[in-house]
Amino acid sequence: MTAQTGIGARVKRKEDQRFLTGTGRYVDDLPLARATYAHFLRSPHAHAKIKSIDTSAAAKMPGVVAIFTGKDTADAKVGGLICGWVVKDKHGQPHKAPPHPVMALDTVRYVGDTVAMVVANSHDEAKDAAEAIKVDYEMLPANVDLATALDKGAPQIHAEAPGNLIYDWELGVKADVDAAFAKAAHVTKLDLVNNRLIPNAMEPRAAAAEYDKGTGNYTLWSTSQNPHVLRLILSAFVLGIPEHKLRVIAPDVGGGFGSKIFCYNEETMVTWAASRVGRPIKWTAERSESFQTDAHGRDHVTHAELALDKDGKFLGLKVETIANMGAYLSTFSTAVPTYLYATLLAGQYTTPVIYANVKAALTNTAPVDAYRGAGRPEATFVIESIVSKAAKELKMDPAELRRKNFIPANAFPYQTPVALQYDSGNYPPIIDEAIKIADYKGFEARRAEAKSRGKLRGIGFSSYIEACGLGPSRVIGQLGGGVGQWESAELRFNPTGNVQILTGAHSHGQSHETTFAQVVSDKLGVPIENIEVVHGDTATTPFGMGSYGSRSLAVGGSAIVKAADKIIAKGKKIAAHLMEASVADVVFEGGTFKVAGTDKAVPLGQAVFAAYVPHNYPLEELEPGMDENAFYDPSNFVYPAGTQICEVEVDPDTGEVEIVNFTAVDDFGNIVNPMIVEGQVHGGIVQGVGQALLENAVYDKETGQLVSGSYMDYTMPRADDVPSFKLGNKVTPCPHNPLGVKGCGEAGAIAAPAAVMNAVHDALAPVGVSHVPMPATPLNVWQAIHGARPAAE
Amino acid sequence: MYDFHYHRPKTLADAVNLLKGKDEARPMSGGMTLIPTLKQRLAKPSDVVDLGGIKDLAGIKVEGNNVVIGGMTRHADVASSADVKSAIPALAHLAGHIGDPAVRNRGTIGGSVANNDPAADYPAAVLALGATITTNTGKHAADSFFKGLFETALSDGELITSISFPKAEKAAYMKFPNPASRYAMVGVFVAKTAAGVRVAVTGAGPSVFRVKAMEDALAKNFSSAAIKDIKIPADGLNSDIHASAEYRAHLVNVMARRAVDAATK
Amino acid sequence: MTIPVAMTVNGKPVSGKVEARTLLVQFLREHLGMTGTHVGCDTSQCGACVVHVDGKSVKSCTILAVQAEGAKVTTIEGLAESAEKLHPMQEAFRENHALQCGFCTPGMVMSAIDMVKRHNYQLDEATVRRELEGNLCRCTGYHNIVKAILAAAPAMKSAGV
Repeated sequence: MTAQTGIGARVKRKEDQRFLTGTGRYVDDLPLARATYAHFLRSPHAHAKIKSIDTSAAAKMPGVVAIFTGKDTADAKVGGLICGWVVKDKHGQPHKAPPHPVMALDTVRYVGDTVAMVVANSHDEAKDAAEAIKVDYEMLPANVDLATALDKGAPQIHAEAPGNLIYDWELGVKADVDAAFAKAAHVTKLDLVNNRLIPNAMEPRAAAAEYDKGTGNYTLWSTSQNPHVLRLILSAFVLGIPEHKLRVIAPDVGGGFGSKIFCYNEETMVTWAASRVGRPIKWTAERSESFQTDAHGRDHVTHAELALDKDGKFLGLKVETIANMGAYLSTFSTAVPTYLYATLLAGQYTTPVIYANVKAALTNTAPVDAYRGAGRPEATFVIESIVSKAAKELKMDPAELRRKNFIPANAFPYQTPVALQYDSGNYPPIIDEAIKIADYKGFEARRAEAKSRGKLRGIGFSSYIEACGLGPSRVIGQLGGGVGQWESAELRFNPTGNVQILTGAHSHGQSHETTFAQVVSDKLGVPIENIEVVHGDTATTPFGMGSYGSRSLAVGGSAIVKAADKIIAKGKKIAAHLMEASVADVVFEGGTFKVAGTDKAVPLGQAVFAAYVPHNYPLEELEPGMDENAFYDPSNFVYPAGTQICEVEVDPDTGEVEIVNFTAVDDFGNIVNPMIVEGQVHGGIVQGVGQALLENAVYDKETGQLVSGSYMDYTMPRADDVPSFKLGNKVTPCPHNPLGVKGCGEAGAIAAPAAVMNAVHDALAPVGVSHVPMPATPLNVWQAIHGARPAAE
Repeated sequence: MYDFHYHRPKTLADAVNLLKGKDEARPMSGGMTLIPTLKQRLAKPSDVVDLGGIKDLAGIKVEGNNVVIGGMTRHADVASSADVKSAIPALAHLAGHIGDPAVRNRGTIGGSVANNDPAADYPAAVLALGATITTNTGKHAADSFFKGLFETALSDGELITSISFPKAEKAAYMKFPNPASRYAMVGVFVAKTAAGVRVAVTGAGPSVFRVKAMEDALAKNFSSAAIKDIKIPADGLNSDIHASAEYRAHLVNVMARRAVDAATK
Repeated sequence: MTIPVAMTVNGKPVSGKVEARTLLVQFLREHLGMTGTHVGCDTSQCGACVVHVDGKSVKSCTILAVQAEGAKVTTIEGLAESAEKLHPMQEAFRENHALQCGFCTPGMVMSAIDMVKRHNYQLDEATVRRELEGNLCRCTGYHNIVKAILAAAPAMKSAGV
């Protein structure tokens, strides 16, 4: 039975029935009696003083129930939004923490900043009234361009952060790296911009809140990846509603990719205002609001140098990065370009010394925070770009240069020079497999054939490492993280033998309802149809940290295993009693307790029934019931690794890049459901391809207007932008979690940008192009070719 | 969007009367541009006159040497029409590449041509084929119809009832889509008809325009080689985050050559 | 100003009073409580809202409810014969893991059915990818959606739907 539904099986998803029949329940789908609708008036300016706000005409508009401004929230002493990760700068000082009011008080700092909230009987009426609010702005110069954001004379955004600098942070010993560079036979230098992205989960953010006057309880439905954490932040820092009086429910959530981790203004305001209005309030972002106000991702300007010896061994790596924070610090923004970025700069290589310097800058743009991969795509892009560039400069095969520098399989656990200890891995077989699948040997023939059709063909590698499965709480605390990063699980058996898995993780596409059920089916022999996964409700699930950082299975799944072990332990005692045997003689196999060497057997269901109807039961020693919970705190991160090979054809006449082959071979440790893992890889790759070829969040450098503010100008990957993918996998089980699993959610997005861009550069090398800015849009490629020609001629 | 008065007249005359009576009335054919515009609150019409209830405005007929397409004919119907495919296959191809399938099921030729979006596809076909636009009040030659950015020769209350396209000896449309919106960033329609050779460009400038130098060269020698060195000045062309004016100018040449190649295949 | 509107949705006659500006998707979701059809953008591009109006795929965010007066509308809720017997396209999406968060899925499925029918049950990968131009998915990378549609085409033909 469990062979088809247990660990390793391609079980079809339990969640699909409702999604396929239109019966999913997303926040905006909730029917709430007497609901009102919120609309937020947003700043049309990147930087301005608010001289006055006049809501009197708007208040008289049809259907208006209430209007709130920053003054109302300040008068009510609503706290500001917090940044939950304290990064200490290179002098040991905590990062600058400018206030982030939930509604602008006297200044707006980006286009989309929240100015007023209108609550009305319908959304259209709220929007109508918002237009009648008169705001008198005094324009201030805007600081938009990251490259110059820290320059002297750049417009100052917050008084608390002089020069717009949030921190100047470093990792590694610069003198050691300088010494390594002094001995180098070759130094490769690289300047990169990691383009800014807008997450674009297909379900826009939404929030609905209701207040029960009788009990004083609040309920917030939110498109959250981590409802307990959201509740904690709202309770402890922002609204002061005690945790036990605030229930946060994240029902079906239509994708997150990081953007739904954070605590935002709108859900805060909707909750706060619900008690004042006395009716439920619903708010759903329009897509253009999502573009303006969802936390954006990436946005780095980087200079990197790699020192190599005469044989191509890496001697040292230096990286200097300016990271964009936007106008306010979002929930985990400070950690992304530091502990999730610089700690990964060793990649898969034995580079002995690494120095990274990261300056975080404020700009008059939307806040920037974690987006699929968060820091690790940026690190991978730096390493894998510079390694491929070094190979080109040294006329070495890019695969060979990588192999030469891989951490050998016998070196694990491997301590990198940038703080992390890789637990396991075996990189050479991965690249070998990728090369085989991609037919790397046949590439030159394909390049020649393409040339005969007037196309420039190129191939690119990206061998990534990531640290995910966040994470060991002690380490995270030492690094300034404000929360623990364990996960919880409860296995609640019912008297009839079926079971609910209550998890603190949250599924917004990751398929936990299936994967977690497989784990329990495998461990306890319960038929999968008798297992239900419950998640996303602070009132029904144990406190949990939610889903991001590819942590759900590695951490949350491990908690489930721990809880299952407790079920088995208790079941053994019950079975021993029923079988009149010694507990030590009872074994659990295939869902049944047995006494070795006898035909005595008690199925788990019978033990469960006995626990709930304890007529023949050791009540003196054992509590009735079968309901066990567990909290799991990992001892280390997990370290998925892999190699992607991308093959492109460039049309030199138009600059178009077509991906003609894409191979990804990954090591995710043990795999619970290959079908689901492959799906995660496909999606991740396309987000990485999107960054490489299509997506770019562009602000006008003068006005700070978001130019790419809708799908008319922000290029989302479509089906015809990508091919079907060729996947492979290798397994080195994670040695420190009970399932031996590593995370798979972010890998595709982490590796793909470098694979694609390396292929583009390989394709364009024959026409004299050495650098194309990312994304390699037709315009950027054509301009690179066009600009290169005179030099080449 | 702002609310408005909705009308669904059954006759063209009623539609015209409804439009004439109001200052801020707007006709709606497929609504594929108007409804998104209203949703963004970029327009505030007092009245919307839905032409969808008027019989006989949709349909495709072959009349002698011409294909006549009713103003309310949907893009999908033009794309799949056996008559269009056999008479002017390039026109069917163009219609089949407007927007996406759901948009093609609603959007109409009359709406597209009347709106004259600088990145719309149909204006290139209308101009290159030298089509005649028939309205409730008269006829317009293509050459005098497109006046500028979203501007046409239509007066208030004037509605496109049909467009007549002369059959082409050779014709093709090549579009380089904007990567994000998939509208034409540059679209070139090349046609050789009884009236001569025409090259019409959409997407690149504020409104569709002809390229005389290419037309002259192609009239002498209808091959892509003949226009290879004809450069389009970038001055006055559109420039945005997806394409500079110089890049658009370059693409006009590339797309024109590809269109000629496709037309001669 | 409110306008009475009546149409057939998934085979059942429905009616209501709407504003002129009420979109079909608002009528479905807010007036009829049929929340299977989703809204993912405001520029008519994402396709999460695709339904069939008189047998053709339409973006229900870009048509007024009053424009659908008298029409036959089919939504994602109206496809399956029963909970046990899904439409072959729904079944193919499940078999091929063509959905993750599920938000784009209703529009994807409705567009896919329309696509298969328009191409007379004969599709290849390039056609499927091109025909999905009006439907965005952020989770699946499209790989399994394409697979599912290719698998569903012959299944729809043999099921006669």
